[in-house]
Amino acid sequence: MPNPQMSTQPQMASQPQMAPDYDCVVIGAGHNGLICAALLAQAGRSVLVLEAGAQVGGAAVTREFAPGFKVSSGAHLLHLMPADLLRRLKLESHGLQWAGQRLPTTALTAGAPPLSLSHGGSADGLSAADAAAYGAYQERMRRFAAAIAPVFSRIPPRLGTKAWSDRLSLLRMAWQIRKLGRRDMRELLRIGGMNVYDLLEENFDSAALKGALGFDAVLGANFGPRSPGTVLTLLYRLAAESAAGDTGLSQPQGGMGALCDAIARAAGAAGAVIRTESEVANIRVEADRVCGVVLKSGERIGAKQVISNADPKTTFLKLLGTAHLDAGFVRRVNHIRSRGLAAKIHIALNRLPPFVAVSEAALRGRLLLAPSLQHIEHAYNHAKYGEYSASPVMEITVPSINDATLAPAGQHVLSAIVQYAPYALKQGWDDGRQHFLDASLDALESLAPELRSCIVAAEVVTPVDMEKEFRGSGGHWHHGDLAFDQILMVRPVPGAAQYRTPIDGLSLCGAGCHPGGGVMGIAGRNAAEQVLRGNPSS
Amino acid sequence: MSAESHFKQPLLKTPFHERARALSQMDSFVPWAGYTTVDVFTTVEQEYFAIRNAATLYDLTPMVKYRVAGRDAQAYLNRLVTRDVGKLKPDRVAYCVWCNDAGHLIDDGTIFRMGESEYRICTAQRQIDWLLDSSIGFDVEISEITERIAALALQGPTSCAVLKDAGLSGVEKLKVFEIGRFALGSRAVTVSRTGFTGDLGYELWMEPDDAEANWDALMAAGYSRGIRAIGSRALNIARIEAGFLSPNVDFVSAEHTIRIGTERSPLELGLGWLVDFNKGHFTGRRALLQEKRRGVQRQLVGLDIEGNKPGHNALLYTDNSGKREIGNVSSAIWSPTCKRNIALAMVDAPYFKSGSTVWAEIYLSRELVWERRMSRAQVVERPFFAPERRRATPPGQF
Repeated sequence: MPNPQMSTQPQMASQPQMAPDYDCVVIGAGHNGLICAALLAQAGRSVLVLEAGAQVGGAAVTREFAPGFKVSSGAHLLHLMPADLLRRLKLESHGLQWAGQRLPTTALTAGAPPLSLSHGGSADGLSAADAAAYGAYQERMRRFAAAIAPVFSRIPPRLGTKAWSDRLSLLRMAWQIRKLGRRDMRELLRIGGMNVYDLLEENFDSAALKGALGFDAVLGANFGPRSPGTVLTLLYRLAAESAAGDTGLSQPQGGMGALCDAIARAAGAAGAVIRTESEVANIRVEADRVCGVVLKSGERIGAKQVISNADPKTTFLKLLGTAHLDAGFVRRVNHIRSRGLAAKIHIALNRLPPFVAVSEAALRGRLLLAPSLQHIEHAYNHAKYGEYSASPVMEITVPSINDATLAPAGQHVLSAIVQYAPYALKQGWDDGRQHFLDASLDALESLAPELRSCIVAAEVVTPVDMEKEFRGSGGHWHHGDLAFDQILMVRPVPGAAQYRTPIDGLSLCGAGCHPGGGVMGIAGRNAAEQVLRGNPSS
Repeated sequence: MSAESHFKQPLLKTPFHERARALSQMDSFVPWAGYTTVDVFTTVEQEYFAIRNAATLYDLTPMVKYRVAGRDAQAYLNRLVTRDVGKLKPDRVAYCVWCNDAGHLIDDGTIFRMGESEYRICTAQRQIDWLLDSSIGFDVEISEITERIAALALQGPTSCAVLKDAGLSGVEKLKVFEIGRFALGSRAVTVSRTGFTGDLGYELWMEPDDAEANWDALMAAGYSRGIRAIGSRALNIARIEAGFLSPNVDFVSAEHTIRIGTERSPLELGLGWLVDFNKGHFTGRRALLQEKRRGVQRQLVGLDIEGNKPGHNALLYTDNSGKREIGNVSSAIWSPTCKRNIALAMVDAPYFKSGSTVWAEIYLSRELVWERRMSRAQVVERPFFAPERRRATPPGQF
């Protein structure tokens, strides 16, 4: 059992000079930070959230990018936030409305009919053999995802300890897999380390289907479909959806920013104070314990607990400073792979250009341009050598169809996640930006030939821009790749994978923690739970 | 040696190599940190007694040397090592150890403060990766300078007199762990009153180009005071008498261990006096605090073993039945000066307390016929040999 009375530093037990102004200070008002703050405030803690930017939301934010045109400038669809968490925070009573729910996914290929992938597991436009295989495949993957999903809501076990709680937690994970039964367990273990290219080749003929399914395995990741471990990344995404209750794709009214505004109101209603334009310069440590923060303005704020929604590299290397940490720990943090490869393109349109053969219903949902696995792999090849994809793959939405508040009447915005756009572009993004936009527009025009003539304004948000806008090292929207060596009890690194850090009083609550990125909110919830549990056991 | 042929004879030659080869009667060279160095010149006994009764020259060039400089040099070193480097004044040297996150020893060595914000780390093993990783977040420059400096240890009771005869006036004022700058003939040498023998002695740091001239000058100046070149085997006897640890003999660097439990903490190695918990954070501090609170389960201690057969690699037991094993010997010699059979050993709690009795299982070869002997041994304080002359300033004129 944790022993809260155990003093850790008898030799350095000097009195902290800053009287704590708050029980908890949360650095960063991203969705995880806000959720963490709301739950802590609901539990009776005095909570202050400090946001560097002018508005809350982090990478789940709505921004006007051209006069009258607004867009979710980071994530643009919601599908991972657990339904029970939304209910627990009573977000609908705090103003959250849906512009669209259970939106469809449609795979597009220039010059070929679109392939509609409904959420239920069926697909229109497939051969009989593929249709049958697809049903079985979806069924199987859903079972695997359901077996993995329970780990999302738990605090991961520590490695190398003898504590029963950690062993039990590991056993529970193993039991979930074992419970699948012999055949499924064997199959899961067989495919678990494979690449998604081989898996999909085993199952299907349709290039469009394979491309669309493979796309989800590499979306936002530093991978191509042939990269090892991509079945895991796909299963991980499916498991996250399963953990969220398989609610499908949703679009908040007013963009993703409206979601975070609602969470902020929930936090505020519970008593949390939220201050924007209050950038934290560093985290204060006294007697080997966190005692508050100092803002860029010089203002000092004392706190018993500091919970950082910033990514692990920013938190440890910049805000805390390496002098307070062991060198081996710093080495691990420094090695977190967190260079983004996904860019966003936002286009303001004076009218909606027709998409060839795409129905109005499909346009309301998620459109994938990833015509084949080879196409994705070729797009990735460029990224390996520091180039942007000449023929990129993308996830496209036209959110203004569902939500008229995003654009002037009759006009539209298009928001696309485009891969691959490496953070460290060899030619530099100043030079590469326009070329990359042109390549992306060429790809879009293959689907909507009149697109260019409708453009009022267009912007590219590269990983370098995202690093600036969302303040995440490397511009990686998951705060670090989700891969075998960066998930569960090694996310972000051993020694900080249970939301607590080596420094007493400092915790993490962002996407860099288990279970990771996407607008999921589980990291924020788990972190709040861990903080409420009290002092760490040794 | 040119890069093309280096792989054929990978060991480097130190700048003193030709001088050493000329004096080497045994032609016994061994590899040390990438260099070929002398193991024994004539006989181990002759060389050992020169350390304790005259003066000796030992080629120290292969000691790995790192230059640490920059605005954060002191803060960096304080985070790296367990001692408070803030207390180290310019032109002073401190013996230090550094640990990994778990508080396990990576290495020991000496830190020289060469200037206001310039330091030198002298250590037995290469570890630039650890030093660089430790520098993340610090404004500091770290470079290996091993090949840029030739080094000689001049050790023994007549060493101060030899240096004075060689023209290093004022060298007698150097205190233990102090650094001074002198001229040997027309050549600049940096002298530190440091060493690995536990005796009066100095270490000389110089340009590699001056190496042979300095060697000749010291040999000439020390001729009437019994100076001789020594190899590493004689030095090893002296260092055990002095109670000093040898890496890969008395401990294995935590960066190199594979098996769990074979790492050692400074507290276990009896180096708790080097750990300053009050100076602020350093790597391994939190782990060492916990270990200190729990108490160590084993410790490196000195042993005084009955009889005259060195307890090389002996396992240790609670009694002469040899049933309950409680540790093992890592270094052992018959000490010619103390006339005692001494050893360094890792011993389990509570038997590591001074005055405890343990039993050493010693194997002896009597003309290839092996005998096993259980010898009583007493846990004793280190060092085994610490003569007054070691610390006296000015040193006596022997």
